[in-house]
Parts: sequence; C-alpha cells; structure tokens
Amino acid sequence: MSAKTKDKLATAVIVTLAGIIVLVMAGLLGFILVRGLGHVSFHFLTSAPQTIKEGGGIGPQLFNSLFLLVLTMIITVPLGLGAGIYMSEYAKPGKITDTIRLIVEVLSSFPSIVVGLFGLLVIVNTFGLGFSLFSGALALTVFNLPLMVRITEQGLSGVPAAQKEASLALGISKWKTIKSIMLPISMPVILTGTILAAGRVFGEAAALLFTAGMSSPRLDFTNWNPLSPTSPLNPFRPAETLAVHIWKINSEGLAPDAPQIAAGASAVLILMVLIFNLLARWVGRLMMKKFTAAK
Amino acid sequence: MTQSGRKQKVKQHVIEEWTGKIVTSFCIVLLVVIIFSMVYFVATKGLSAFFKDGLKLSEIFGTTWKPDGEPPLFGALPFIIGSFSTSLLAAVIAAPLGISAALFMVEIMPNIGRKYLQPVIELLAGIPSVVYGFVGLSVIVPLYRDIFPGQGLGIAAGATVLSIMILPTITSIATDALASLPAGLKEGSYALGATRWQTLSRTVIPTTLPALMTGIVLGMARAFGEALAVQMVIGNAPHIPHSLFESTSTLTSVITLSMGNTVMGSMQNNVLWTLAFILMMMTFVFVFVVRWLERRAQR
Repeated sequence: MSAKTKDKLATAVIVTLAGIIVLVMAGLLGFILVRGLGHVSFHFLTSAPQTIKEGGGIGPQLFNSLFLLVLTMIITVPLGLGAGIYMSEYAKPGKITDTIRLIVEVLSSFPSIVVGLFGLLVIVNTFGLGFSLFSGALALTVFNLPLMVRITEQGLSGVPAAQKEASLALGISKWKTIKSIMLPISMPVILTGTILAAGRVFGEAAALLFTAGMSSPRLDFTNWNPLSPTSPLNPFRPAETLAVHIWKINSEGLAPDAPQIAAGASAVLILMVLIFNLLARWVGRLMMKKFTAAK
Repeated sequence: MTQSGRKQKVKQHVIEEWTGKIVTSFCIVLLVVIIFSMVYFVATKGLSAFFKDGLKLSEIFGTTWKPDGEPPLFGALPFIIGSFSTSLLAAVIAAPLGISAALFMVEIMPNIGRKYLQPVIELLAGIPSVVYGFVGLSVIVPLYRDIFPGQGLGIAAGATVLSIMILPTITSIATDALASLPAGLKEGSYALGATRWQTLSRTVIPTTLPALMTGIVLGMARAFGEALAVQMVIGNAPHIPHSLFESTSTLTSVITLSMGNTVMGSMQNNVLWTLAFILMMMTFVFVFVVRWLERRAQR
C-alpha cells in the first residue's frame, strides 16, 4: 500500500470514528427525549410518586433537586472562591503549596460513592444530621469544592497582570484588589464554570444515596414553615432527588409504569442539564460583552 | 487631624489585608481537613474488618462472596476483577474513539470539529450517570441479549456504558495536548514530504503519547469509581463470570446495593467499608500514575 492510500484510509477511519461519536450522542439524546417527553406533562411534573399504582409523578423529587442545588451552591461557592483565591493569590510557591495542590487533585478524583460513604459516616452518623437535604448538600460540597477551586484559579489567572499591578500601585490593599478588581474581571469564567458545576450537582446521585436518603416524606406544599417536618423548605428532612429517583425506580420500582416514569424523569434531567449548558454559554458571552470591549 | 486620619487609613489597610489572608486560609485549611478526615475515617472503618472482626487478608482475596453463609465468606476477588475488567475494557473502547475525535478536531477538520464535535463532547460530559445507566438498561442490555448468548447484563454492557461516559475526559485532554504541540514539529515532518497520516503516526502521536495516556488513565479512574450506571447494567451476581455477557459485580455496585441493607458495625458492613477503602487506595494509585505521566509529558 502506498503512503498516500494509507493516508486516505487513516483519514477515513478517523472521520468515521468522529462521526460515530456524533451519531451516538444524537441517538442518546433522541432516544431519551422521544421515549421520555411523551410522558412529561404538567401532572407528571407536579404530582407525588406512587409506589404500586400507575400515574405517579416526580413533583417532590424535582423540588428536592432544585432545593438541594441551591443549598449546595450556597455552601460551595464562598468556600470554593476563598480556597481558589488562596491558591491563586496567597499561596507561595513551595512544598506546602505543591502538597495542597496534590490534595485538591486527589479530592477531585475521589469516586462520588466514596464521598457519599464519607458523608454517611461523618455527617449523617457522627454529626447526627441524619439522612437530610443538609447532609446531602454537605456531601455534594465536598464533591464539588475541588472543581470550584479550579474554576476560581482559572478565572483569576486570566486577569491581566497590568490591571492587578495598577491597583496595587495605587496603594489599594491586596484583598481589596482581589475583591473589587480581579473578581469582577474574572467573573465570566467563574460564573460559566459555576453553572456547569451546578449542572453536575443536579445530576449527581451516588453521593446522595447515603446522605440525602432514598425516601421522600409526604410534603405539604402549602406549609412554608421551614421548621415543620412536612414543609418542603425544611432542610433537615430526608429527600430523594430526581437522579436518585431514576436509579431507584430502575432497580426496585414496583409501579407498573416504572419504565415510562424513568424515561420521563431522564428526559427532564437531560433537559435541565441542557438548560444549564446553554445558560452557561449565554451568561459567559453576555458577561464577556459587558466587561470587555470584545464582540 | 491629618495625622490621625492617616493612621486610620493604614489601620484599615492592614485590617483588609488580614481579613483576606484569614478568610482564604480558612477555606483552604477546611479543604485540607476534609480530605484528611475522609482518608482517616474511611481507612479506620475499612480496616476494622481486619482488626475487630479478625478477617484475614487472604480471605478478602477469596473467590466466594457469601456473607449469609455458615461460616460467612467474604471473598471480594470477583468484585475486584469486575471493577478492573469493566474499566479496562471501557478504556480500550473509548481510547481510539476519543483520540480520533481529538485528531479530527485539531488536525483534520478544525472548523467542523470545533463547531459540531466539541459541543457534542461537552454535552456527553454533562449527562448524569443515572441517565447513562437507564439508557444502558433499556438499549444496550436488550441489544446484547439478542445478539449474544446470556442475559445481556455483564461486563460488556458495563464497559460500553462506561466507555461513552469517559469519552469526554479522554477527548478533552487529548485535544489540549495536540493543540499545544509546537507547530514546528509537524511542519518539519510535512516539509520532508510525509503524508498527514505519516506525520500523525510518527511525530504527533509519539510526542504527545504521555499526555494521551494521562487522559486514558483519568478516564479509567472515572470508570473505576462510577457506581450507579454500572450497577444498573452489570447484573450484580457475586461471582467471577465466564464470559463478558454474564452477570457479575464490581466494587462500587456491591457497595451501592448492600450498604443500605446491612447494619452499621456488623461484619458484612465492615467488609463493605474495606471495599470502599480499596476503592480509595485505587484512586491514589490512579492519581500517582497520572502525576508520573504528566511529568513525562513535560519533558
């Protein structure tokens, strides 16, 4: 075989493989949406699930997922920002910084199930928080912190040195420079990353099985007292999220329409992830336009 | 008056400086404390099966898992084999696909690649693992059941699902590595009259090999630790399978299934923690392999 034919053959193979990936993705999305969207209705999105009867919905699960997302981000974002700022601005190069970097890397590659088990051992049992939304949020914080740190570092390293130095040269303190000059400039990167991280939180299930629990007590959506056990706003109640629900009905669902519910819930989950993705892109572009002169 | 005013300013400056230092140091210390307590707690709990319940190291590497038997047997070898074979097979499937996708995006058709393939890969990365599991259960398992003998559940189904999940990891790292390759290397090869494939196979891929391997190892690490998607398609039978299409278990799947059904502190529960400990140690191994590869890549 001549070199030219080989080249053409190799190119064809690579293009085919790339095409296969696109086809797999299209098939995946198409399958989930076609199978699932038919089952999605207002009733499905708002009503409570049924254990053995048909016609259950995913209302509480959807609410739990969103609530958990908000709780997690409230804890993760400040901590991650702080740690990221330390790594990018305060850490002096040396052994200690290298060690911390290694630790963050290790934490980011821990399997989510191990994070969930740690949550079970420490947050649920030792701290006595039980299976609750709050335990789940703490476990997801552990899971998401390294990502948030990396995002912050990435954002801050993109700030032009001249801008930072100009601020410092004016006699403004380092902390104030970071807060009022560097963070706003790196906002597009940080915000985009945060929204993508939020998408990850939304779909996470393994870390929640043993922290937020696999059951959802009856919720009374007219009760807005956060201390009442039936109130949806109570962060100390067990809560099954959408992703956990999908797993549960696939492995032990008793309802006769379990496959349809799983398909519908998957479609909703995928749509939410798509929305997070698009939102991240859109916000990133919008902020870019606002903060820089770039088109 | 002005004197005191200046003093105030200096003071405020110092206060600001210290707030910043303290707040950010607190965050990083918290992060370090979390990871150390995580390793400590999982390790003590994982080793308690050996120290408290008198489990022998040889027992955990036995081939029979019968926690309810008389006497109970805790051979975890089937799970360890299951975990390794699914993640290895997933990497074997995903590596050529991921590297081809990266080559396509960087070397062959950058415009089309960046416009269509890149968003597709990013979307794949964002799809939750339970959804992969669900699709695996409703598409891949029936497909394998029709084509091959057996139930369709097993290592092959698990590896197929995992390979799609780890594809984005491999692709994005390979893309970065290929894009950061100095143009001179390629141009030199082209100037010698080499075809594109000769350039790719003899110059580009060998130079970026450590980075490509990094991506593959990271993908394997992710596959190794993935729990729910695998649990849904692996079948969960606790023995070493004779074929790729026979029901088996992985470390993560057995933890997922049994952790909730055993009593905290019982021997079976402690052995499950031992499995979690093995999982954690494997994570360390993966991280160090990645570090080693990265050092190779920098040279």
